[in-house]
Amino acid sequence: MAAPQPINVEDLNIYYGDFLAVEGVDVQIRPRSVTALIGPSGCGKSTFLRTLNRMHEVIPGAYAKGKVEINGEDIYDAKVDPVNVRRRVGMVFQKANPFPTMSIRDNVLAGVKLNNRRISKSAADELVERALKGANLWNEVKDRLDKPGMGLSGGQQQRLCIARTIAVKPEVVLMDEPCSALDPISTLAIEDLIHELKEEYTIVIVTHNMQQASRVSDRTGFFNIAGTGKPGHLIEIDDTDTIFTNPSNKQTEDYISGRFG
Amino acid sequence: MSTADIEPDAASAPPASMKSGGRRFGDALFNALSVGSGLLIFVTLAAVAIFLTLESLPAIIASREFSGSADFSLIEYSLPLVFGTVLASAIALVIAIPISLGIALFISHFAPRRLASALGYMIDLLAAVPSVVYGLWGGVWLVPKLEPLYVFLNTYFGWIPLFAGEPTAPMRNLASASVVLAVMVLPIITAVSREVFLQTPRLQEEAALALGATRWETIRTVVLPFGRGGVVAASMLGLGRALGETMAVLMILAPGATFSLHILEVGRHNSIAANIASKQAEASGVDMSLLIFTGLVLFVLTFVINAIARWIVARSGPKS
Repeated sequence: MAAPQPINVEDLNIYYGDFLAVEGVDVQIRPRSVTALIGPSGCGKSTFLRTLNRMHEVIPGAYAKGKVEINGEDIYDAKVDPVNVRRRVGMVFQKANPFPTMSIRDNVLAGVKLNNRRISKSAADELVERALKGANLWNEVKDRLDKPGMGLSGGQQQRLCIARTIAVKPEVVLMDEPCSALDPISTLAIEDLIHELKEEYTIVIVTHNMQQASRVSDRTGFFNIAGTGKPGHLIEIDDTDTIFTNPSNKQTEDYISGRFG
Repeated sequence: MSTADIEPDAASAPPASMKSGGRRFGDALFNALSVGSGLLIFVTLAAVAIFLTLESLPAIIASREFSGSADFSLIEYSLPLVFGTVLASAIALVIAIPISLGIALFISHFAPRRLASALGYMIDLLAAVPSVVYGLWGGVWLVPKLEPLYVFLNTYFGWIPLFAGEPTAPMRNLASASVVLAVMVLPIITAVSREVFLQTPRLQEEAALALGATRWETIRTVVLPFGRGGVVAASMLGLGRALGETMAVLMILAPGATFSLHILEVGRHNSIAANIASKQAEASGVDMSLLIFTGLVLFVLTFVINAIARWIVARSGPKS
């Protein structure tokens, strides 16, 4: 497999119906690294994240204009099927959302079994083990793979969702505040996992928690909004150390030092 | 009232006593009204059951006395009616459920929003049409229209018992009655299923979409499993309506009293409700009692089906 190319976003405008939610995003995201997106509530960081796998448009009336290239291919090209985009750009949500009617094992295999793809029992077993190990969950669940995924703790459910996402072998994993509903210990487990995942995947994570951004990310982007009803902007993106010690923009400095607003 | 976080001395601080001198009048009134309404349900149900049992006793006793005689047997009289009722309802469900689920999914997940609400409104209207109107429409308009289809089924699929026999025009057969019943139960099944499908957690659907599921795959992996209990409940509601439906069957079906599976043949079947409606005006004495006994059978039948439905819904509810 060729090394993933950067995600390249050019002049992206994101709309909800007539409302321009995020304006003029230009950014390049490096492969096999963790990029954190921070900013106040409502600034459009989650909205932007969801345009990277065309999940934004599942909301009625929502659409995006501009260019988002993944591996040099514009995912907003008219000929591109969003289903194929989402197979290559996986997503982990704010709240763990394992499929309630499925066992742990079936949850991991859910994405793999889509599109009527058949998989042999031994290949499935191997994939389940690898994905769960990849999500640091294997040792906790290996004896109860046939139990419902909803029976796990919140942190385990979120790692199950990560296992489900990496089981389809995406190139990019998007994480939308994956720890916001978790306790500190579960959060730590996920953060450790993110460190390991970046060996193989390009990760973009939205977080409300600036300490988390500084702990897990290589680069950090700061989104801000001028006021209610105005579009959000990507103010700056730089190496995480630089953003947190020596940001070039006054707004970023105000935000990270808590003098925002 | 939650008192766990109130300091003990905070409660004793105000001079006025917290004790209330008896219950407030409004509360008492509302309490009595709501308990009364609840009890009324039991009383009504019990009254119906007792009426049916008592009034059918003469027929039961008469049947005992005449047992052995071929002229009169309670069981021989009732069973073909039960058979006709259940068969007509079952066929109606087989026709209605797939169409209802299709419409419900179209409204909840495929149609553009404006079309969806218009369609939903039309479905609700369909539910409001009185059954007499369906009976008229079915008997006068639909029955002749179905004739070619029946001839076709009989000619090419006559080897299937259901379509065997000799259909003769006018096609006032069980199949026609079932088709009209299907139209009548379709709105209720559609409406309930649609509501259930719309309640599918957004996060679940997004989970499937984010894994690269197509719309149909999202429905298959998330929406249908989530809605399964609701769809069963909806179907049972429809079944309940089909079992008890009187006018449409009465106006369409040429009655008979056999255990024939040949649903295209005329004059082979009848349903309990239609049979009661057609005969009760002239019946008296033991004949009336006999009709009431079939009513009791229908009552028990719907009761049992509801119980089964509840059991299925409880069993297939979301696992936690």
